[in-house]
Amino acid sequence: MIQALATLLSNPHIPNFFTGSIYQGSTKRICVPGLNCYSCPGAAGACPIGSLQAVIGGRTKNVSYYVFGVLLLFGVLFGRLICGFLCPFGFVQDLLHKIRTPKPTIPRRLDQTLRWGKYAALAAVLILPAVLTDAFGIGDPVFCKYICPAGTLQGGIPLLLANESLRSAAGFLFSWKMGILVLVLVGSVLLYRPFCKYLCPLGAFYGLLNHFSAYQMRVDEHACVHCGKCEKACKMGVNVVQNINSAECIRCGLCKEVCPTHAIVSGFGKSKKN
Amino acid sequence: MRTRKYVTAAIFAAAIILIAVGIFIGEPDEVRQKAVNICLECIGIG
Repeated sequence: MIQALATLLSNPHIPNFFTGSIYQGSTKRICVPGLNCYSCPGAAGACPIGSLQAVIGGRTKNVSYYVFGVLLLFGVLFGRLICGFLCPFGFVQDLLHKIRTPKPTIPRRLDQTLRWGKYAALAAVLILPAVLTDAFGIGDPVFCKYICPAGTLQGGIPLLLANESLRSAAGFLFSWKMGILVLVLVGSVLLYRPFCKYLCPLGAFYGLLNHFSAYQMRVDEHACVHCGKCEKACKMGVNVVQNINSAECIRCGLCKEVCPTHAIVSGFGKSKKN
Repeated sequence: MRTRKYVTAAIFAAAIILIAVGIFIGEPDEVRQKAVNICLECIGIG
């Protein structure tokens, strides 16, 4: 319910899907907390990752203050709670995963290795637009251009469907991005949130702040009976009892729901007691 | 735990300062300028 509401609030301009245009109002100055392409016809705000790359790749400077500050603020307040409840693309993956199919398990070592992919994506977002510049000194938004499936799903598909001129301009790059989108969507049916685990630079950034965020998860060691139900329930592979505020935790609260002794609490000011 | 709270407070303060500096130098307008035009890179046109 919260995820659906967050998706709708991030993309309230529904008529634009039919007109093939995008919102151009003043709220586009404001970065939304989740991964939401600003070329989505419905988008009311700016994508934080797209904005970061646009500023870093700008002609006049390669440092972002406002966008980076906003990301720090979101992260230090909520950590990856944003991933769990406010990200539209996370919501899409959650919905797809509900489709009943066999759910294969990735070998642990491969899973652990692939998790580094999102940090590589984050490094690419922060560095490449500043160094890979064109003749005018403007850097490419590399993640948006070559990888981001949210941009293809939310922006590319609706805009191309509604604009013949854009359709005629689509070439290999669009096919490449569609391929990545299909891979992520099919992957989301089989695996839980593969994009969030392996590719999302925004999740990587927020995850780094999980340990320091004002919103914290906590296990009451006296109430915990070490039944292991929390770890079995966790779809992000977090070692709940030992590292509940892991960078991989999207704070979905599933561990809390299954805990038989209500040993897991979460909220603001719920850090470990002395 | 106290150290963690100090780090949290420091990050929060840094975030506020960065946002203020960014607003002062007009970065939100730069963001809007990008966000109100169809991002051809984002939608796969290039």
